Amino acid sequence: MRLAPTASDGTMYLILFIVFAGFCLAGAVNLLLQRHPINSALSLIVVMTSLAVLYLLLGAEFLAAAQVIVYAGAIMVLFTFVVMLLNAGREERTLGSRAAKTLGFPAVVVILALVATVIVKATGLHGAMLSDGITSTVDLSRVLFRELLLPFEVTSVLVLVAILGAVALARSAGGERTAGK
Amino acid sequence: MIPLSWYLLLSAVLFCLGVAGFLIKRNLITVFMSIELMLNAVNLSFVTFAHQWHAVKGQIFVFFVMMVAAAEAAVGLAIIIAVFRVRQTLAVDRIDLMKL
Amino acid sequence: MNGSLDLLLIPVLPFAGFLLNGLLGRGLPKWLVGTIALLAPLASFAVVLRAALAVWGIGSTTPALPYVETCPIPWIDTGTLHIDFSFVLDQLSLVMLLIVTGVGFLIHIYSVGYMGEEEGYWRFFAYLNLFLFFMTVLVLGGNALLMFVGWEGVGLASYLLIGFWLHKKSAADAGYKAFIVNRIGDFGFLIGLFLLLANFGTLTFAEIASKLEANPGWQGGALTAIALCLLVGAAGKSAQLPLYVWLPDAMEGPTPVSALIHAATMVTAGVYMIVRTHFLFDRSPFALAVVAIVGAATALFAATIGLVQTDIKRVLAYSTVSQLGYMFLGCGVAAYSAAIFHLVTHAFFKALLFLSAGSVIHAMGGEQDMRKMGGLRKSLPVTFWCMTAAVLAIGGFFPFAGFFSKDAILYAAFLHGTGGKVLWFVGFVTALLTSFYMFRLWYLTFLGEPRSEAPHHHATPASMWSVCVILALLSIFGGWIGFGDGLGRLGAFLSPVTGIRAAETGAGNLELYLSIAAVAMAALGWWIADRLYRQRPQRPAELAASLVGPYRVLSNKYYVDEFYRATFVKPLMGISTYVLDWMVDKALLGGGVWVLAGIAKFFGAILQRWQSGNLRSYAGWLAAGAAAVLLFILLPWSSLLATWFGIHLNWGGH
Repeated sequence: MRLAPTASDGTMYLILFIVFAGFCLAGAVNLLLQRHPINSALSLIVVMTSLAVLYLLLGAEFLAAAQVIVYAGAIMVLFTFVVMLLNAGREERTLGSRAAKTLGFPAVVVILALVATVIVKATGLHGAMLSDGITSTVDLSRVLFRELLLPFEVTSVLVLVAILGAVALARSAGGERTAGK
Repeated sequence: MIPLSWYLLLSAVLFCLGVAGFLIKRNLITVFMSIELMLNAVNLSFVTFAHQWHAVKGQIFVFFVMMVAAAEAAVGLAIIIAVFRVRQTLAVDRIDLMKL
Repeated sequence: MNGSLDLLLIPVLPFAGFLLNGLLGRGLPKWLVGTIALLAPLASFAVVLRAALAVWGIGSTTPALPYVETCPIPWIDTGTLHIDFSFVLDQLSLVMLLIVTGVGFLIHIYSVGYMGEEEGYWRFFAYLNLFLFFMTVLVLGGNALLMFVGWEGVGLASYLLIGFWLHKKSAADAGYKAFIVNRIGDFGFLIGLFLLLANFGTLTFAEIASKLEANPGWQGGALTAIALCLLVGAAGKSAQLPLYVWLPDAMEGPTPVSALIHAATMVTAGVYMIVRTHFLFDRSPFALAVVAIVGAATALFAATIGLVQTDIKRVLAYSTVSQLGYMFLGCGVAAYSAAIFHLVTHAFFKALLFLSAGSVIHAMGGEQDMRKMGGLRKSLPVTFWCMTAAVLAIGGFFPFAGFFSKDAILYAAFLHGTGGKVLWFVGFVTALLTSFYMFRLWYLTFLGEPRSEAPHHHATPASMWSVCVILALLSIFGGWIGFGDGLGRLGAFLSPVTGIRAAETGAGNLELYLSIAAVAMAALGWWIADRLYRQRPQRPAELAASLVGPYRVLSNKYYVDEFYRATFVKPLMGISTYVLDWMVDKALLGGGVWVLAGIAKFFGAILQRWQSGNLRSYAGWLAAGAAAVLLFILLPWSSLLATWFGIHLNWGGH
């Protein structure tokens, strides 16, 4: 049952946004600052789950669930798994790249500045509120399985191909090793 | 009432953090994680605009992006494992030859 | 199509023979190659004969001369310049064509016998047919450019045929020499063509002649320049001073080649060209004087060299150069019909001389040194009598062919002012020398005791001696066409083309006295040769020993070849090697290429460092690229530039 929006809803919304946006940013920055990859992986999980909450705030229920299940639950687990498998230790100091430092960082700053300017100057953006424009899964599936059925099927084939590829990659290297011996 | 531009700004910042991570990090897996961060940032902006125009297709696009990201992560990690097997290192700067 | 004389067939038929023998001849049996090779000139001769009969009133229609046939395919057709493939038949070209195709056909028959055992049989006949094609194009050409095509083509055929025995270095070198010296002459011809084009705007002979007729006051100046340039070309092709050096060396080729190309037809192309463009030469007395002097000097010069040569073909080669000098002398005193007359008779007896010499060489198994011959009268009777006829003809004895033509030239020279008398005297002395060395050849080769054993005395094939007999008959009786006032029938026939010269229609007595004097000189020459080579055979050696200096100069051909080698050949080779090869080719061009390659490598090396394989570097560049693209898209460049310029202007304004 949908309740009518009240004044406190806006504040609630604001607090929720600030908290979880803060988690996002903190996780992202932590990803950059950590030396050990497992810490970075865990920070990324924090980012992803925060993003799931933000999706909920924007009314995308299904996507929020999918974000948690697929991204945080499968992909990041895979990452963690690989980190543990390869026993990747602390990062070593290696030669850097001058190009990356001299070109890359200014570029990043420029990109950020430009996009931010565009966003700030944009007119006609609505506001967002709680219980505002929630997209139900029914609507989503209606479009997905009718108009976009073909891309959907193709995506499943894509995933299948990816699985096969991963299996082949991981196996053939191992197979050659044993055959070589 | 939050202006949607805040979401977009957040998305932009996350994206740039991802790029910065790509430039800074020395571990191959961590670099890959920065890529995932970039993808997520873009997902956020898609959902924002889907909310703006009440367009379901925006969210469906996010759905597809997630699928592709999943496939990509699987294959990418398999490649990283294969590279590690041969080069015995995950340092990005050490893996600089086309021939393994 | 009754009126058409089918001039186009005259060159095309030999060309077809060339293609057939050239492309397929290697695999065809010898009799087939010979048949194709004989049919082509025969058919060509038949067409010429038909045209000749039509012109003389026999046949259905009498075409008006000059008769022009233009090939419908256009050749050069630009704004101001129009040149077609036009073939012109007039009296002059008809006479030349009869000689070229007629004597050419006879020599083809001779070659079947002479070259019968050669491996490159098919190649020889292909080249001979090619030569006929180009020669007929040269003769029939209605404009100077088409004539030049034939001119170059006969030079090419000459080169191919001189160097026919590919593996003999001397033959290949002689081929080069002929072609290169000819090229020098052709350069003059080309300059003449350009000048013609510049002054007349056209290269068609008929148009040039009519333009000259329309301007009777146009003399000297540019016309002298054109005439002298054309003379250079003629001197190259017809082996006059100073470009005669290739002809003696050209004797390396097979004897039928020497007979056809270097006696009867190709070398006469220069004379033909001068007569064809005589309207130009007539306007420039200076050029005519040069022609006459060159001719007379060459005649004397070559005759002196011929006195002491020991190779039978060399003697004949120098004799050819000398006789060509006579023809040039005839042109130089504006006696064009006489020059053509001598060309015709010379074709007969010189071809016969060469072919008989060929029989001698064939019978002697390839020996060409006259000092080793002798007494061949018994073993080669037919050749002996044919050769005798030819020697009498070239000596200028009445009533053989050479008498009439040589006398006509000398008479015209005598009448040509005081300079003419000097030229007459030179020709007079040359006649003595000519008679002497020809009879010397005759004595050494045929009379006396054999000086060496001939390896095989197999009989001359019928194809060879029959041709010699025909040519001998022509040498004996051929002169009568020019008998009578104004060169008789021949002169009358040629007069529309060459113009009637007062010299040729002179009173009889002076001419009679001069002819008797000339015959007397020829007889004197015979007598001297008889004394030296029959009565006292050891005398020549004694004379040579006592006059060592002059003898050595003469037998080394005045050291002209050595002189040319030192002055022209060596410096050119030096320039080629040091300047063109080292400096230009290796240093400049090679260096230039090296520099370019170096630049490419340099930039490549720089770019190579960019492709380091370093992932982070790539990422940095990627980010920079993305930032650049975004900048480019998002910034309002126009207003930015405007404000920047606006600010600048503001500052400047203060």
